[in-house]
Amino acid sequence: MKKHWYDYLWIVSLLYLVLGFFNILFAWLGLLCFFIPLIISVAKGNKGYCNQYCGRGQLFGLLGGRFGLSRRKDIPKWMKSKAFRYGFLIFFLAMFIVMLWNTYLVFASAQNLSQAVTLLWTFDLPWQWAYHGTLFHNGVAQFAFGFYSVMLTSTVLGLITMVLFKPRSWCVYCPMGTMTQLICKVKNKKA
Amino acid sequence: MNSVKKQKKATVDQSSCVACGCCIKVCPMHAIEIMRGVMAQINQDKCVGCGKCEKECPASIITVQEVGA
Repeated sequence: MKKHWYDYLWIVSLLYLVLGFFNILFAWLGLLCFFIPLIISVAKGNKGYCNQYCGRGQLFGLLGGRFGLSRRKDIPKWMKSKAFRYGFLIFFLAMFIVMLWNTYLVFASAQNLSQAVTLLWTFDLPWQWAYHGTLFHNGVAQFAFGFYSVMLTSTVLGLITMVLFKPRSWCVYCPMGTMTQLICKVKNKKA
Repeated sequence: MNSVKKQKKATVDQSSCVACGCCIKVCPMHAIEIMRGVMAQINQDKCVGCGKCEKECPASIITVQEVGA
């Protein structure tokens, strides 16, 4: 099948994780993965992001597919249930709000900057080598650490389910995917 | 005597579809599209029942079944 430019966006996803290892401020770029899918779903009423541009999905497809790092088993029924998908979305958003709150506390000078990446919302990994100061407020860096934590956590979860089930199992419970599908459902009911 | 030729076609459990579009990429017949960002729809006239989408679907909600022609 003919390859398009957007079939190589997995490189961007990979680069994102690598850059965040060297300078955490690159984590801000991850906002693109939040806003682009939302904008496409709101403006066009489709899941064009998932369907074509999602670099993370492509990365899982490549590692699990071409590199064979996947058992290719069916995902358990509960993981594709609406309850789990919406539940995970709500949990993910709640954790996101907690992250924004911590950022706010640093901005308000009520809390010191924590130079750590929190994996799976629990484990603090030391990450101070990726911070070389910022021209802006420390809160800018706090958001970067928080956002990178979100991205790394979801990548790790995606890799685990890639190995256990099918390559792109992450797509089944991806909060962005659930959210954009929800937007499309609401939008197209009205139309 | 009329011989009824059985054909294989893919069908989607649309209520469980997450509309990720993985199936579109592997379909050699370009028979699949995502309807309004909600679910996949397979064009039964184009589908040859190869089963690639069935294998690819991360939610395993596509099945290839025999249908009477």
